[in-house]
Amino acid sequence: MTELGVTAQPPATGTPLLEARHLTKHFPVHQALRTARRRLRERPAGAAAAGRPVVHALEDVSIALPRAQVTAVVGESGSGKSTLARVLARLLPPTSGELLLDGRQMPASGAGRRRYARQVQLVLQDPFSSLNPVHDVRYHLARPLRIHGLGENAGSLEESITSLLERVSLTPAGQFASKYPHELSGGQRQRVAIARALAVRPTVLLADEPVSMLDVSIRLGLLNLLSDLRERERIAILYITHDIASARYLADTIAVMYAGQIVESGPAQQVTDEPAHPYTQLLLSAAPDPERAGPPVLAARGSPPSLVSPPAGCRFHPRCPHAMAICADRAPGDFDVAPGHAAACWLHAKDLDPAQAGPIARPPAGQPPAGQPDSARSSAPEPGEETR
Amino acid sequence: MSAARSAATRDGEPLLDVRGLCADYGAGPGAVHAVMDADLMLHRGEVLGLAGESGSGKSTLAYAITRLLRAPGIITAGSVRYHSGSGQSIDLLAADEHQLRVLRWSQISVVMQSAMNALNPVISIGSQLTDVLRAHVPGMSKAGRRARAAELLTMVGITTDRLGSYPHELSGGMRQRVMIAMAVALQPEVVIMDEPTTALDVVTQREILQELAELRERLGFAVLFITHDLSLLIEIADSIAVMYAGRLVERAEAAALFRAPRHPYSLGLLSSFPPLHGPRRPMTGIPGSPPDLRNLPAGCAFHPRCSYVMDRCRTDLPPLLELTEGPGRQAACWLQDGSAPAPAELALPVPPAGRVTAAGQLQAGAARLDQVNLRSRS
Repeated sequence: MTELGVTAQPPATGTPLLEARHLTKHFPVHQALRTARRRLRERPAGAAAAGRPVVHALEDVSIALPRAQVTAVVGESGSGKSTLARVLARLLPPTSGELLLDGRQMPASGAGRRRYARQVQLVLQDPFSSLNPVHDVRYHLARPLRIHGLGENAGSLEESITSLLERVSLTPAGQFASKYPHELSGGQRQRVAIARALAVRPTVLLADEPVSMLDVSIRLGLLNLLSDLRERERIAILYITHDIASARYLADTIAVMYAGQIVESGPAQQVTDEPAHPYTQLLLSAAPDPERAGPPVLAARGSPPSLVSPPAGCRFHPRCPHAMAICADRAPGDFDVAPGHAAACWLHAKDLDPAQAGPIARPPAGQPPAGQPDSARSSAPEPGEETR
Repeated sequence: MSAARSAATRDGEPLLDVRGLCADYGAGPGAVHAVMDADLMLHRGEVLGLAGESGSGKSTLAYAITRLLRAPGIITAGSVRYHSGSGQSIDLLAADEHQLRVLRWSQISVVMQSAMNALNPVISIGSQLTDVLRAHVPGMSKAGRRARAAELLTMVGITTDRLGSYPHELSGGMRQRVMIAMAVALQPEVVIMDEPTTALDVVTQREILQELAELRERLGFAVLFITHDLSLLIEIADSIAVMYAGRLVERAEAAALFRAPRHPYSLGLLSSFPPLHGPRRPMTGIPGSPPDLRNLPAGCAFHPRCSYVMDRCRTDLPPLLELTEGPGRQAACWLQDGSAPAPAELALPVPPAGRVTAAGQLQAGAARLDQVNLRSRS
């Protein structure tokens, strides 16, 4: 399994601020007692006790967040991108793999977690539910300062709050500090959420779909704010999104996720202009694009597979228009297509023999291939899959 | 479906004519004016896009047109004339319950944004489909209804063994497909779609839009497509109306709007979508945030966010002016009243009519392309 997945390559300068190596996250599927008993009964005699079924939300994901860079993670819902953010924020323990902050592992103790949280902060998607409606903005910003011992006396606390609000362009700060969430617009709320994350002066900001709940006309304002934070304060930013056009706009590096794995990563513009993985090509062919000449042609069809029993080999092969025999058989490692640009796809392998590159043995029509989408997905709702 | 495209010969005739429609939430001095003085014209066989942000009144407008607006929403003024295929013309705002009941679904149907809430969670989708047929097609046998329900599901790309499924057993995309199948069950003339694909992933969204295009080819209905995603609308709509703070601010053919917007808000919206091609350059979006409908700014509602604001904008409300460059081209902006040349960004030349449908996706057939071109030239 170690060859799986693509590392989002940092530029060669120094250690990345936050690095995840071979992260795997499995969620156990909770099943009714009756189902569990039935499975036990139906197990062929002598067969090894199969483990409980798990959702393979993240599979051997490695990603690096360098200083003063925005790394975008692009994928559909259920691709594991939010799980990745939660694991990186240490809200969820990974099943395996390691997290390195400035090249070091942080202890799992309470103090270690607090030290970690001082460096790595998370901004959630929904500014309508991530702020407490019964507290004003001042409370939301003062809390992290107090918890981390950064606002010893009242004067400096007030000063910090004012400067935080100014950093996210909520001025006049004094007026905003005493407002309640319901008095703010969606964009202003998300700015408060970002200010709260900035309160402890983190070096890494994880932003999980920070603009997808906001009105179109104010999204760019927030993306530009993140861009400013990258340039002025040299924060490492993880920008999670389903909108590949906004990732192209903001990010330095794009990592594309599919079914819990990173399938392609590279410099943002190169990934969108010359996508190397068929899934990235599919995403781009489906994205709204007024400049497109002629009607759009989808590069593939179907839906993401069930993550409880993902397809063998490459997880995209049941949908892939270029699938070869080897794709159903072995998972591809990452192949470099250009400097810093890698894709986990057998199409980029140099030395495939003709049998491996031959046509795939498809199951007969009418019989859905393994890991069939829609039906399997809906009967087993998966943790980590959001409904947007 | 042999007679399906019988309406095609009359493509371009007025189908739904909305004049001066006003809708409020609440009454008296505290009423919120959600839609003000809206004029819309939906032609037969056309895809009319209605774009706007949340709170711009686009959904309220759709519900007011279909008389589905719930209390405290009330329609305070205007008329909505529906020209049915048989040559009759009905004022929907004056129609009684019985007339509406006959008209809804069989002539005008609606696809709601949230399919999970629009479908009944405790009834199988097969029963929900046959329910529609039982209510509207009295003579149909049970077996006939069942067969039609199966046919409808097949039409939207769902296998018929799903007839017995409940909504929670379907993925989001399949639920939305079921909603579309239900909406076209009685072959309506108008399908109103309120953000039908907003909650879906891009790939699913594109698949559904393509299926919708095929359905339109077969059944020939007109679509009022409501969405906040202007970049999507430019691809799929024939003409587009942009709403801001309860008022229509610009109306144009899709390509003309994309290449040559005339209202600063449309221009701002267009430059809020980062492009997928070309060099990356900083973009600004629109400063500020959408106004509070309870407390609208005086004059033009967009003036606090407008970078071209003039003194007049702060006091006088610009009417939706017919522009000189052609019929169907309207903008509500003092910059376009002809008293002075508009700024260069708002005075770009309109692309030639032949290119109007270059971005069209819903119009797959060549015949349709010709009709659209004819219409835009006439």
